[in-house]
Amino acid sequence: MPSARKKIDLVCPAGSLPALKTAVDHGADAVYIGFRNETNARNFPGLNFDNEEVRQGIKYAHNKGCKVLLALNTYPQPEHFNRWTQAVRQAALLGIDAVILADPGLMRYATRNFPGLRLHLSVQGSATTRHAIAFYHEQFNIQRVVLPRVLSLKQIKNIVDSSPVEVEVFGFGSLCVMVEGRCALSSYVTGESPNTCGVCSPAKDVRWEETAQGRQSRLNNVLIDRYAKGEAAGYPTLCKGRFKVGESENIFYAMEEPTSLNTLEILPDLITMGVAAIKIEGRQRSPAYVRQVTSVMRAALDCCQNNLNNYKIDKRWISTLDKVSEGRSHTLGAFHRPWQ
Amino acid sequence: MKLSLGPIQYYWPEDKVRSFYQQATDWPVDIIYLGEVVCSKRRELKLNDWLDIASQLQQAGKEVVLSTLILLEADSELKRLEHICAQTDFKVEANDMSAVYLLNKQSSFIAGPHINSYNPETIDVLHECGAIRWVMPFELSQHTLRDLIKQKPGGMESEVLVYGRIPLAFSARCFTARAHNVGKDQCELRCLADNKGLPLLTQEGDELFTINGIQLQSGVPCNLVSELDSLEKTGVDILRLSPELKGMGELIDIFHQTSIGEISSQQAESRIQKRSDDNKWCNGFWHGEPGMNWQ
Repeated sequence: MPSARKKIDLVCPAGSLPALKTAVDHGADAVYIGFRNETNARNFPGLNFDNEEVRQGIKYAHNKGCKVLLALNTYPQPEHFNRWTQAVRQAALLGIDAVILADPGLMRYATRNFPGLRLHLSVQGSATTRHAIAFYHEQFNIQRVVLPRVLSLKQIKNIVDSSPVEVEVFGFGSLCVMVEGRCALSSYVTGESPNTCGVCSPAKDVRWEETAQGRQSRLNNVLIDRYAKGEAAGYPTLCKGRFKVGESENIFYAMEEPTSLNTLEILPDLITMGVAAIKIEGRQRSPAYVRQVTSVMRAALDCCQNNLNNYKIDKRWISTLDKVSEGRSHTLGAFHRPWQ
Repeated sequence: MKLSLGPIQYYWPEDKVRSFYQQATDWPVDIIYLGEVVCSKRRELKLNDWLDIASQLQQAGKEVVLSTLILLEADSELKRLEHICAQTDFKVEANDMSAVYLLNKQSSFIAGPHINSYNPETIDVLHECGAIRWVMPFELSQHTLRDLIKQKPGGMESEVLVYGRIPLAFSARCFTARAHNVGKDQCELRCLADNKGLPLLTQEGDELFTINGIQLQSGVPCNLVSELDSLEKTGVDILRLSPELKGMGELIDIFHQTSIGEISSQQAESRIQKRSDDNKWCNGFWHGEPGMNWQ
């Protein structure tokens, strides 16, 4: 007899202790957090946790049966490597349920020094094939992989079928168009990138200007976008600006328009194929965002898991999620072949 | 320091690829990296064609390395990778951990620039798997490189891109197809028309990036010709130039002559400027600044 399908984990973002508590209270199976420094890929001012907050967060989450994962998913350079090893040590001592790593050197350190510490391969590790996953599993005994947002449903199914470890995919949130861990657009323009500093298009380099041609956004002086009067202006992330290409004077979103990933439509597929966890993006977002998104995704996953064949999307779920989406619109991203 | 010719980043017609490497037999480069690294739909040359070119270059005294695809998604891409990693006539440049997995301890290989080797521990992991050389990831600085080289495992060589548009990002999306307003599946190989990519400009006309299929490159080439002394002092073993269709022989000559002290870096810069339309460069990453900077 086939074994019962394992319940899929809802993994929610927590940029602060209030956000963590909100996620736990609204149905997260796991929350993911980061220390307050460049060891994680959401190194933004006013975000993240110190040791005491991690301690409190773990206590709160564990009391309600929720796991706490810690992202240490930037790539340390030699000068400050010990800042990352110290973070691994702290994570182990504090009783984190798993650390989410990208750097092979750091993984080796973790495996050798804290063999009991569960490791997840971060989306920043850019693993898109069974061979890449097998590498990290054999070398460092990773237990889960978070897949970059560049694979189609069929490709994900192939990976789940052949992966020696659990597979986690993104279910909702801001869309990275590029393969995570392989994007240096931000450091090309600002000197800081997700890999090196845990930031993309950092806020310190953003400048807004009111001009006769409309409101303009700049990143380290580079014009990212220009908005007509009354047009909603988005954060000047490099890959979501409007540019010209070649000889054409046409101005358009040459890489991607501001939009968020939303997988409500394909949750039954993800569950059926055996994905272990669905991740919500947004550690930089407010507790209100965490509450809204966690609640909707909890309801949708429960509905789907309890009654796979009769799963129907509640329209209120879509409207709630669209309200917190970039550009108030959503996409299936690369899950859906035509997006590519 | 040796000179190397990196893999061709663009989609060139077969006859142009063949004549490019025919000329390369006479260029003063020591190492030549071959193969498609950006998009598996670019199949003007099949694997056997590449192996044929590889043999000719090897007979001409070049060290030949087969470079692997950077972003692997489809089963067909994995199969091709398996063929490349299984052959033993030429060394392989691994551009993804899938290749490292296949090569691990089977044969010595080169860890390409798209393997994130940001610290000595990672380089050591790769070395234990069989890497004999690593190419510095593009966003790292000379300062970091100095630390990496100081702590590198014995026998491990280092290689740095010194000329060419920098591959900055990869996506599932094809930006060339998007620019032509066609789907990726209906791309009709439009990138065959852009032998040095498509410029992506800001609304003020600044050359920000270059669109090259699923890849985004820097808007202008990186140029470290005036840094060859510091590269040598840092202990770099190999200087990489990225292929361009026009004027490549002249460019290689300039770097060769500069590296052996025949011409000064000022003379080199002025000659590079004269040889093509590309008269703006960047070198910010090398100086620990935004990569687009030039000083």
